[in-house]
Amino acid sequence: MNALQDSLIELIRRTSAEIPDDVRQAILDSLEREKKGTIAESAMKIIERNIALAKQKSQPICQDTGSILFYVDSPVGMDQMRFEDTACLAVKKATKLGYLRQNSVDSLTGINDGTNVGPGSPTFHFHQQRSDRINVRLVLKGGGCENVGAQYSLPNEKLKANRDLDGCRKAILDAVLQAQGRGCGPGILGVCIGGDRATGYEFSKRQFLRLIPDRNPVPELDTLEQDILKTANDLGIGPMGFGGRTTLLGVKICAINRLPASFFVSISYMCWAYRRLGVTLDAEGKIAGWLY
Amino acid sequence: MINLSFPFTEEKIRALNVRDEVALSGVVFTGRDAVHKYLHEGGRLPPGVSLRDGILYHCGPVVLKDEQGDWKVTAAGPTTSIREEPYQAQIIKDFGIRGVIGKGGMGDRTLAACKEFGCAYLHAVGGAAQVLAECIRKVRAVYFLEKFGSPEAIWELEVEDFPAVVTMDSKGHSLHREIFATSQAELAKHL
Ligand code: SF4
Repeated sequence: MNALQDSLIELIRRTSAEIPDDVRQAILDSLEREKKGTIAESAMKIIERNIALAKQKSQPICQDTGSILFYVDSPVGMDQMRFEDTACLAVKKATKLGYLRQNSVDSLTGINDGTNVGPGSPTFHFHQQRSDRINVRLVLKGGGCENVGAQYSLPNEKLKANRDLDGCRKAILDAVLQAQGRGCGPGILGVCIGGDRATGYEFSKRQFLRLIPDRNPVPELDTLEQDILKTANDLGIGPMGFGGRTTLLGVKICAINRLPASFFVSISYMCWAYRRLGVTLDAEGKIAGWLY
Repeated sequence: MINLSFPFTEEKIRALNVRDEVALSGVVFTGRDAVHKYLHEGGRLPPGVSLRDGILYHCGPVVLKDEQGDWKVTAAGPTTSIREEPYQAQIIKDFGIRGVIGKGGMGDRTLAACKEFGCAYLHAVGGAAQVLAECIRKVRAVYFLEKFGSPEAIWELEVEDFPAVVTMDSKGHSLHREIFATSQAELAKHL
Protein backbone atom coordinates (compact mmCIF):
# COMPACT_ATOMS: atom_id res chain seq x y z
CA MET A 1 0.00 0.00 0.00
CA ASN A 2 3.05 2.29 0.36
CA ALA A 3 3.35 2.74 -3.40
CA LEU A 4 -0.16 4.17 -3.44
CA GLN A 5 0.61 6.54 -0.59
CA ASP A 6 3.80 7.75 -2.26
CA SER A 7 1.94 8.28 -5.53
CA LEU A 8 -0.74 10.33 -3.82
CA ILE A 9 1.83 12.47 -1.98
CA GLU A 10 3.50 13.19 -5.31
CA LEU A 11 0.12 14.03 -6.84
CA ILE A 12 -0.52 16.49 -4.00
CA ARG A 13 2.94 18.05 -4.27
CA ARG A 14 2.67 18.66 -7.98
CA THR A 15 -0.92 19.84 -7.84
CA SER A 16 -0.05 22.42 -5.20
CA ALA A 17 3.10 23.71 -6.91
CA GLU A 18 2.36 23.34 -10.63
CA ILE A 19 -0.41 24.80 -12.74
CA PRO A 20 -1.62 22.44 -15.47
CA ASP A 21 -0.40 23.25 -18.99
CA ASP A 22 -3.81 24.23 -20.36
CA VAL A 23 -4.31 26.80 -17.58
CA ARG A 24 -0.82 28.19 -17.97
CA GLN A 25 -1.41 28.59 -21.69
CA ALA A 26 -4.68 30.43 -21.05
CA ILE A 27 -2.87 32.76 -18.64
CA LEU A 28 -0.10 33.43 -21.18
CA ASP A 29 -2.70 34.14 -23.87
CA SER A 30 -4.47 36.63 -21.65
CA LEU A 31 -1.19 38.32 -20.76
CA GLU A 32 -0.71 38.84 -24.51
CA ARG A 33 -4.19 40.26 -24.84
CA GLU A 34 -3.93 42.89 -22.10
CA LYS A 35 -2.97 46.38 -23.18
CA LYS A 36 0.72 47.05 -22.67
CA GLY A 37 1.60 49.29 -19.78
CA THR A 38 -1.68 48.82 -17.91
CA ILE A 39 -2.09 47.64 -14.34
CA ALA A 40 -3.94 44.62 -15.76
CA GLU A 41 -0.80 43.66 -17.65
CA SER A 42 1.33 44.14 -14.54
CA ALA A 43 -0.99 41.90 -12.53
CA MET A 44 -0.85 39.16 -15.19
CA LYS A 45 2.94 39.42 -15.27
CA ILE A 46 3.13 38.93 -11.52
CA ILE A 47 0.80 35.93 -11.79
CA GLU A 48 2.96 34.46 -14.54
CA ARG A 49 6.13 35.00 -12.49
CA ASN A 50 4.48 33.46 -9.46
CA ILE A 51 3.59 30.32 -11.40
CA ALA A 52 7.18 29.89 -12.60
CA LEU A 53 8.63 30.57 -9.15
CA ALA A 54 6.34 28.09 -7.39
CA LYS A 55 7.25 25.33 -9.81
CA GLN A 56 10.95 26.08 -9.58
CA LYS A 57 10.90 26.11 -5.76
CA SER A 58 8.35 23.30 -5.47
CA GLN A 59 6.34 25.52 -3.14
CA PRO A 60 2.57 26.13 -3.05
CA ILE A 61 1.43 28.48 -5.83
CA CYS A 62 -0.87 30.18 -3.37
CA GLN A 63 -0.70 29.97 0.40
CA ASP A 64 -4.35 28.95 0.53
CA THR A 65 -3.93 25.36 -0.59
CA GLY A 66 -7.68 25.02 -0.56
CA SER A 67 -10.29 22.31 -0.17
CA ILE A 68 -8.86 18.93 -1.13
CA LEU A 69 -11.14 17.27 -3.67
CA PHE A 70 -10.33 13.78 -4.97
CA TYR A 71 -12.12 12.35 -8.02
CA VAL A 72 -11.40 8.65 -8.37
CA ASP A 73 -12.29 6.29 -11.23
CA SER A 74 -11.76 2.86 -9.78
CA PRO A 75 -11.89 -0.71 -11.07
CA VAL A 76 -14.86 -2.81 -10.01
CA GLY A 77 -14.12 -4.33 -6.64
CA MET A 78 -11.48 -1.85 -5.50
CA ASP A 79 -11.48 -1.38 -1.74
CA GLN A 80 -12.60 2.24 -1.47
CA MET A 81 -12.27 2.40 2.28
CA ARG A 82 -8.66 1.37 2.08
CA PHE A 83 -8.06 3.94 -0.61
CA GLU A 84 -9.59 6.64 1.60
CA ASP A 85 -7.43 5.67 4.57
CA THR A 86 -4.29 5.76 2.44
CA ALA A 87 -5.25 9.11 0.90
CA CYS A 88 -5.85 10.59 4.37
CA LEU A 89 -2.37 9.48 5.43
CA ALA A 90 -0.96 11.00 2.24
CA VAL A 91 -2.70 14.29 3.02
CA LYS A 92 -1.28 14.32 6.55
CA LYS A 93 2.23 13.68 5.26
CA ALA A 94 1.90 16.24 2.47
CA THR A 95 0.84 18.78 5.09
CA LYS A 96 3.87 17.99 7.25
CA LEU A 97 6.09 18.42 4.19
CA GLY A 98 4.59 21.87 3.55
CA TYR A 99 2.87 20.97 0.25
CA LEU A 100 -0.41 21.86 1.92
CA ARG A 101 -1.03 24.60 4.48
CA GLN A 102 -2.63 23.63 7.80
CA ASN A 103 -5.95 24.57 6.37
CA SER A 104 -8.84 22.69 7.94
CA VAL A 105 -10.76 23.95 10.94
CA ASP A 106 -13.33 22.23 13.16
CA SER A 107 -16.48 24.25 12.53
CA LEU A 108 -17.77 23.85 16.09
CA THR A 109 -14.65 24.40 18.18
CA GLY A 110 -12.63 26.55 15.77
CA ILE A 111 -9.66 24.25 16.36
CA ASN A 112 -7.23 23.59 13.54
CA ASP A 113 -5.43 20.37 14.42
CA GLY A 114 -2.94 20.94 11.63
CA THR A 115 -3.55 17.66 9.78
CA ASN A 116 -6.07 18.69 7.09
CA VAL A 117 -7.96 15.50 7.88
CA GLY A 118 -11.38 15.57 9.53
CA PRO A 119 -15.06 15.29 8.70
CA GLY A 120 -15.43 16.24 5.02
CA SER A 121 -11.72 16.79 4.50
CA PRO A 122 -10.44 15.56 2.15
CA THR A 123 -13.51 14.92 -0.01
CA PHE A 124 -13.83 11.80 -2.19
CA HIS A 125 -15.91 11.22 -5.31
CA PHE A 126 -15.73 7.61 -6.49
CA HIS A 127 -16.82 6.23 -9.86
CA GLN A 128 -16.34 2.68 -11.08
CA GLN A 129 -14.88 1.86 -14.45
CA ARG A 130 -14.30 -1.41 -16.34
CA SER A 131 -10.52 -1.25 -16.34
CA ASP A 132 -7.96 -2.39 -13.82
CA ARG A 133 -6.39 1.04 -13.72
CA ILE A 134 -7.19 3.71 -11.19
CA ASN A 135 -7.48 7.33 -12.29
CA VAL A 136 -7.11 9.85 -9.50
CA ARG A 137 -7.78 13.52 -10.18
CA LEU A 138 -7.14 16.15 -7.55
CA VAL A 139 -8.52 19.68 -7.38
CA LEU A 140 -7.31 22.14 -4.73
CA LYS A 141 -9.83 24.94 -4.48
CA GLY A 142 -9.11 28.06 -2.45
CA GLY A 143 -11.48 29.80 -0.06
CA GLY A 144 -11.48 33.26 -1.63
CA CYS A 145 -12.92 31.96 -4.89
CA GLU A 146 -15.22 29.47 -3.17
CA ASN A 147 -16.81 32.39 -1.29
CA VAL A 148 -17.94 34.04 -4.53
CA GLY A 149 -19.76 30.97 -5.84
CA ALA A 150 -23.51 31.49 -6.18
CA GLN A 151 -26.70 29.53 -6.67
CA TYR A 152 -29.73 31.09 -8.36
CA SER A 153 -33.25 29.76 -8.22
CA LEU A 154 -35.17 30.66 -11.36
CA PRO A 155 -37.33 32.54 -12.08
CA ASN A 156 -35.53 35.51 -10.54
CA GLU A 157 -37.59 38.67 -10.74
CA LYS A 158 -34.82 41.10 -9.96
CA LEU A 159 -32.69 39.79 -12.81
CA LYS A 160 -35.73 39.25 -15.06
CA ALA A 161 -34.42 35.74 -15.49
CA ASN A 162 -36.92 33.13 -16.62
CA ARG A 163 -36.64 29.36 -16.66
CA ASP A 164 -34.85 29.17 -19.99
CA LEU A 165 -31.34 29.45 -21.38
CA ASP A 166 -31.56 33.24 -21.51
CA GLY A 167 -32.49 33.23 -17.81
CA CYS A 168 -29.45 31.03 -17.11
CA ARG A 169 -27.29 33.48 -19.04
CA LYS A 170 -28.53 36.40 -16.94
CA ALA A 171 -27.87 34.54 -13.70
CA ILE A 172 -24.35 33.54 -14.74
CA LEU A 173 -23.42 37.05 -15.87
CA ASP A 174 -24.79 38.49 -12.64
CA ALA A 175 -22.51 36.12 -10.73
CA VAL A 176 -19.55 37.40 -12.77
CA LEU A 177 -20.48 41.00 -11.98
CA GLN A 178 -20.87 40.32 -8.26
CA ALA A 179 -17.63 38.33 -8.02
CA GLN A 180 -15.48 41.13 -9.40
CA GLY A 181 -12.41 42.07 -7.47
CA ARG A 182 -12.92 39.12 -5.15
CA GLY A 183 -11.89 35.55 -5.78
CA CYS A 184 -8.60 36.42 -7.51
CA GLY A 185 -9.56 36.72 -11.17
CA PRO A 186 -9.16 36.06 -13.98
CA GLY A 187 -11.26 33.07 -13.10
CA ILE A 188 -12.88 30.02 -14.59
CA LEU A 189 -16.58 29.28 -14.15
CA GLY A 190 -17.99 25.83 -13.55
CA VAL A 191 -21.76 25.90 -13.97
CA CYS A 192 -24.51 23.37 -13.56
CA ILE A 193 -28.03 23.97 -14.81
CA GLY A 194 -30.59 21.85 -12.96
CA GLY A 195 -30.27 19.28 -10.19
CA ASP A 196 -31.03 19.85 -6.54
CA ARG A 197 -28.99 22.32 -4.51
CA ALA A 198 -26.32 19.80 -3.54
CA THR A 199 -25.89 17.97 -6.87
CA GLY A 200 -26.02 21.32 -8.68
CA TYR A 201 -22.92 22.52 -6.88
CA GLU A 202 -21.27 19.12 -7.14
CA PHE A 203 -21.68 19.00 -10.91
CA SER A 204 -20.59 22.62 -11.24
CA LYS A 205 -17.29 21.74 -9.53
CA ARG A 206 -16.87 18.65 -11.65
CA GLN A 207 -16.61 20.99 -14.66
CA PHE A 208 -13.16 21.97 -13.40
CA LEU A 209 -11.91 18.54 -14.51
CA ARG A 210 -12.37 19.65 -18.12
CA LEU A 211 -9.57 21.20 -20.16
CA ILE A 212 -9.83 24.94 -20.75
CA PRO A 213 -9.74 24.78 -24.58
CA ASP A 214 -12.18 21.84 -24.86
CA ARG A 215 -15.59 22.36 -26.46
CA ASN A 216 -18.92 21.29 -25.08
CA PRO A 217 -20.45 18.45 -27.13
CA VAL A 218 -23.95 19.84 -26.49
CA PRO A 219 -24.45 22.62 -29.07
CA GLU A 220 -26.69 24.85 -26.90
CA LEU A 221 -24.27 24.66 -24.01
CA ASP A 222 -21.28 25.24 -26.25
CA THR A 223 -22.92 28.39 -27.59
CA LEU A 224 -23.70 29.55 -24.06
CA GLU A 225 -20.13 28.89 -22.89
CA GLN A 226 -18.61 30.91 -25.72
CA ASP A 227 -21.14 33.69 -25.27
CA ILE A 228 -20.57 34.04 -21.51
CA LEU A 229 -16.80 34.04 -21.99
CA LYS A 230 -16.94 36.77 -24.59
CA THR A 231 -19.51 38.88 -22.79
CA ALA A 232 -17.73 38.64 -19.43
CA ASN A 233 -14.49 39.76 -21.04
CA ASP A 234 -16.29 42.69 -22.66
CA LEU A 235 -17.34 44.00 -19.23
CA GLY A 236 -13.87 45.38 -18.57
CA ILE A 237 -13.54 43.97 -15.05
CA GLY A 238 -10.10 42.56 -15.75
CA PRO A 239 -7.51 40.72 -13.65
CA MET A 240 -8.03 41.33 -9.90
CA GLY A 241 -10.87 43.66 -10.87
CA PHE A 242 -8.30 46.31 -11.87
CA GLY A 243 -10.05 46.85 -15.21
CA GLY A 244 -8.86 45.13 -18.40
CA ARG A 245 -9.66 42.61 -21.06
CA THR A 246 -9.48 39.31 -19.20
CA THR A 247 -12.21 38.74 -16.66
CA LEU A 248 -12.56 35.01 -17.29
CA LEU A 249 -10.21 32.39 -18.73
CA GLY A 250 -12.90 29.83 -19.37
CA VAL A 251 -16.53 28.84 -18.88
CA LYS A 252 -17.69 25.22 -18.50
CA ILE A 253 -21.37 24.40 -18.27
CA CYS A 254 -23.32 21.18 -17.85
CA ALA A 255 -27.04 20.46 -17.57
CA ILE A 256 -28.66 17.74 -15.48
CA ASN A 257 -32.28 16.89 -14.88
CA ARG A 258 -34.30 18.84 -12.34
CA LEU A 259 -37.63 18.50 -10.58
CA PRO A 260 -40.52 20.28 -12.28
CA ALA A 261 -40.70 22.56 -9.22
CA SER A 262 -37.00 23.55 -9.15
CA PHE A 263 -34.69 25.35 -11.54
CA PHE A 264 -31.26 25.96 -10.06
CA VAL A 265 -28.27 27.50 -11.73
CA SER A 266 -25.21 26.69 -9.62
CA ILE A 267 -22.00 28.57 -10.27
CA SER A 268 -18.60 27.69 -8.88
CA TYR A 269 -15.79 30.15 -9.40
CA MET A 270 -12.17 29.04 -9.68
CA CYS A 271 -9.37 31.56 -9.20
CA TRP A 272 -6.39 31.88 -11.53
CA ALA A 273 -4.50 29.59 -9.13
CA TYR A 274 -6.40 26.71 -10.74
CA ARG A 275 -4.80 23.62 -9.26
CA ARG A 276 -5.93 20.43 -10.96
CA LEU A 277 -3.81 17.42 -11.87
CA GLY A 278 -4.38 13.69 -12.15
CA VAL A 279 -2.60 10.39 -12.37
CA THR A 280 -3.26 6.91 -13.70
CA LEU A 281 -2.10 4.26 -11.27
CA ASP A 282 -1.12 0.70 -12.08
CA ALA A 283 -2.32 -2.32 -10.09
CA GLU A 284 0.37 -1.76 -7.45
CA GLY A 285 -0.52 1.90 -7.02
CA LYS A 286 2.51 3.28 -8.87
CA ILE A 287 2.08 6.27 -11.16
CA ALA A 288 1.73 4.99 -14.73
CA GLY A 289 1.05 8.39 -16.28
CA TRP A 290 -0.22 11.94 -15.78
CA LEU A 291 -3.66 12.93 -16.94
CA TYR A 292 -3.23 16.63 -17.66
CA MET B 1 6.06 52.71 -11.13
CA ILE B 2 6.39 54.90 -8.05
CA ASN B 3 9.00 54.02 -5.48
CA LEU B 4 7.37 54.41 -2.13
CA SER B 5 9.89 54.07 0.61
CA PHE B 6 10.24 54.69 4.30
CA PRO B 7 9.37 57.08 5.90
CA PHE B 8 5.77 56.97 4.72
CA THR B 9 4.87 60.59 5.23
CA GLU B 10 1.40 62.04 4.85
CA GLU B 11 2.70 64.10 1.94
CA LYS B 12 3.87 61.06 -0.03
CA ILE B 13 0.62 59.22 0.60
CA ARG B 14 -1.57 62.19 -0.33
CA ALA B 15 0.32 62.46 -3.63
CA LEU B 16 -0.83 58.98 -4.69
CA ASN B 17 -3.68 58.44 -7.13
CA VAL B 18 -5.89 55.51 -7.94
CA ARG B 19 -4.19 53.27 -10.58
CA ASP B 20 -0.67 54.24 -9.50
CA GLU B 21 1.64 51.27 -9.32
CA VAL B 22 3.97 51.40 -6.35
CA ALA B 23 7.05 49.48 -5.31
CA LEU B 24 7.10 49.60 -1.55
CA SER B 25 10.29 49.46 0.50
CA GLY B 26 10.54 49.69 4.24
CA VAL B 27 8.74 48.17 7.20
CA VAL B 28 5.24 46.73 7.07
CA PHE B 29 3.20 45.14 9.86
CA THR B 30 0.86 42.25 9.17
CA GLY B 31 -2.53 42.23 10.81
CA ARG B 32 -5.68 40.31 10.06
CA ASP B 33 -8.92 39.41 11.79
CA ALA B 34 -7.73 38.87 15.36
CA VAL B 35 -5.51 41.97 15.41
CA HIS B 36 -8.22 44.22 14.00
CA LYS B 37 -10.80 43.06 16.48
CA TYR B 38 -8.32 43.41 19.35
CA LEU B 39 -7.19 46.93 18.45
CA HIS B 40 -10.74 48.05 17.77
CA GLU B 41 -11.81 46.88 21.20
CA GLY B 42 -9.18 49.13 22.75
CA GLY B 43 -6.33 46.60 22.90
CA ARG B 44 -2.85 48.08 23.21
CA LEU B 45 0.19 47.45 21.08
CA PRO B 46 3.20 45.94 22.83
CA PRO B 47 5.57 48.53 24.40
CA GLY B 48 7.83 50.18 21.84
CA VAL B 49 5.65 49.24 18.86
CA SER B 50 4.03 52.01 16.88
CA LEU B 51 1.96 51.93 13.73
CA ARG B 52 2.11 55.72 13.32
CA ASP B 53 2.99 56.53 9.70
CA GLY B 54 3.14 52.78 9.21
CA ILE B 55 1.81 50.29 6.70
CA LEU B 56 -0.58 47.53 7.71
CA TYR B 57 -0.65 44.38 5.57
CA HIS B 58 -3.72 42.14 5.56
CA CYS B 59 -1.80 38.90 5.41
CA GLY B 60 -1.40 35.66 7.30
CA PRO B 61 2.06 34.62 6.17
CA VAL B 62 3.55 31.15 6.32
CA VAL B 63 6.70 31.61 8.39
CA LEU B 64 9.22 28.91 9.22
CA LYS B 65 12.42 28.88 11.27
CA ASP B 66 15.51 28.03 9.23
CA GLU B 67 18.55 26.02 10.44
CA GLN B 68 20.08 29.11 12.06
CA GLY B 69 16.89 29.71 13.99
CA ASP B 70 15.92 32.76 11.91
CA TRP B 71 12.38 33.33 10.71
CA LYS B 72 11.84 32.88 7.01
CA VAL B 73 8.64 33.83 5.17
CA THR B 74 7.77 31.13 2.63
CA ALA B 75 4.39 32.44 1.43
CA ALA B 76 2.89 35.87 1.92
CA GLY B 77 -0.03 36.77 -0.30
CA PRO B 78 -2.77 39.20 0.77
CA THR B 79 -6.01 38.09 2.36
CA THR B 80 -9.47 39.51 1.64
CA SER B 81 -9.66 42.97 3.19
CA ILE B 82 -13.39 43.58 3.34
CA ARG B 83 -13.64 41.47 6.51
CA GLU B 84 -11.86 44.30 8.35
CA GLU B 85 -14.26 46.98 7.13
CA PRO B 86 -16.05 47.24 10.51
CA TYR B 87 -12.74 48.09 12.21
CA GLN B 88 -10.46 49.71 9.66
CA ALA B 89 -11.54 53.35 9.73
CA GLN B 90 -11.22 53.58 13.50
CA ILE B 91 -7.80 51.91 13.44
CA ILE B 92 -6.54 54.26 10.72
CA LYS B 93 -7.61 57.16 12.90
CA ASP B 94 -6.41 55.88 16.28
CA PHE B 95 -3.07 54.47 15.18
CA GLY B 96 -2.14 56.90 12.42
CA ILE B 97 -1.81 54.30 9.66
CA ARG B 98 -0.70 55.62 6.25
CA GLY B 99 -1.23 52.58 4.09
CA VAL B 100 -3.26 49.39 4.09
CA ILE B 101 -2.19 46.52 1.80
CA GLY B 102 -4.71 43.81 0.98
CA LYS B 103 -6.89 42.42 -1.77
CA GLY B 104 -10.42 42.99 -2.97
CA GLY B 105 -10.71 46.58 -1.76
CA MET B 106 -12.68 48.07 1.11
CA GLY B 107 -15.87 50.01 1.67
CA ASP B 108 -17.06 53.57 2.08
CA ARG B 109 -16.07 54.01 5.72
CA THR B 110 -12.45 53.09 5.02
CA LEU B 111 -12.47 55.31 1.94
CA ALA B 112 -13.67 58.24 4.04
CA ALA B 113 -10.99 57.56 6.66
CA CYS B 114 -8.32 57.50 3.92
CA LYS B 115 -9.45 60.95 2.86
CA GLU B 116 -9.75 62.43 6.32
CA PHE B 117 -6.54 61.09 7.84
CA GLY B 118 -4.28 60.66 4.80
CA CYS B 119 -4.11 56.96 4.07
CA ALA B 120 -4.18 54.82 0.90
CA TYR B 121 -5.32 51.31 0.10
CA LEU B 122 -2.71 49.35 -1.81
CA HIS B 123 -3.91 46.28 -3.68
CA ALA B 124 -1.46 43.39 -3.94
CA VAL B 125 -1.97 40.57 -6.46
CA GLY B 126 -4.06 37.91 -4.77
CA GLY B 127 -2.54 34.47 -4.77
CA ALA B 128 0.95 35.65 -5.68
CA ALA B 129 2.33 34.08 -2.52
CA GLN B 130 5.77 33.26 -3.93
CA VAL B 131 6.50 36.53 -5.72
CA LEU B 132 5.46 38.54 -2.68
CA ALA B 133 7.40 36.35 -0.25
CA GLU B 134 10.53 37.05 -2.33
CA CYS B 135 10.07 40.77 -1.61
CA ILE B 136 10.31 40.19 2.11
CA ARG B 137 13.94 40.69 3.03
CA LYS B 138 13.77 40.16 6.73
CA VAL B 139 11.49 39.32 9.62
CA ARG B 140 12.32 42.00 12.21
CA ALA B 141 10.03 40.86 14.98
CA VAL B 142 6.79 39.11 15.80
CA TYR B 143 4.17 40.15 18.37
CA PHE B 144 1.20 38.28 19.84
CA LEU B 145 2.53 34.99 18.46
CA GLU B 146 1.23 32.98 21.45
CA LYS B 147 -1.91 35.01 21.84
CA PHE B 148 -3.19 34.82 18.26
CA GLY B 149 -1.16 32.06 16.57
CA SER B 150 1.19 32.42 13.62
CA PRO B 151 -1.08 33.57 10.76
CA GLU B 152 -2.92 36.04 13.01
CA ALA B 153 0.12 37.48 14.79
CA ILE B 154 1.65 40.87 14.00
CA TRP B 155 4.78 40.24 11.92
CA GLU B 156 7.13 43.17 11.48
CA LEU B 157 8.62 42.69 8.03
CA GLU B 158 11.21 44.50 6.01
CA VAL B 159 10.14 44.58 2.37
CA GLU B 160 11.88 45.71 -0.78
CA ASP B 161 10.13 46.64 -4.03
CA PHE B 162 6.88 45.05 -2.92
CA PRO B 163 4.48 45.58 -5.87
CA ALA B 164 0.99 46.96 -5.31
CA VAL B 165 -1.60 49.14 -7.03
CA VAL B 166 -3.31 52.10 -5.40
CA THR B 167 -7.00 51.26 -5.67
CA MET B 168 -8.30 53.69 -3.02
CA ASP B 169 -6.54 57.02 -2.61
CA SER B 170 -6.80 59.87 -0.10
CA LYS B 171 -8.82 61.99 -2.51
CA GLY B 172 -11.97 59.92 -2.23
CA HIS B 173 -11.44 57.81 -5.36
CA SER B 174 -12.02 54.07 -5.37
CA LEU B 175 -11.09 52.00 -8.40
CA HIS B 176 -13.38 49.24 -7.08
CA ARG B 177 -16.40 51.53 -7.09
CA GLU B 178 -15.50 52.89 -10.50
CA ILE B 179 -15.06 49.49 -12.18
CA PHE B 180 -18.22 48.15 -10.61
CA ALA B 181 -20.22 51.04 -12.06
CA THR B 182 -18.72 50.80 -15.56
CA SER B 183 -19.00 47.01 -15.74
CA GLN B 184 -22.59 47.13 -14.51
CA ALA B 185 -23.48 49.66 -17.19
CA GLU B 186 -21.70 47.58 -19.83
CA LEU B 187 -23.54 44.44 -18.74
CA ALA B 188 -26.88 46.20 -19.13
CA LYS B 189 -26.06 46.67 -22.82
CA HIS B 190 -25.48 42.94 -23.25
CA LEU B 191 -28.73 41.71 -21.67
S1 SF4 C 1 -8.82 32.81 -4.31
FE1 SF4 C 1 -7.26 31.42 -5.13
S2 SF4 C 1 -5.49 32.71 -5.63
FE2 SF4 C 1 -6.85 33.89 -4.31
S3 SF4 C 1 -6.03 33.59 -2.26
FE3 SF4 C 1 -7.66 32.07 -2.57
S4 SF4 C 1 -6.64 30.23 -3.39
FE4 SF4 C 1 -5.22 31.93 -3.56
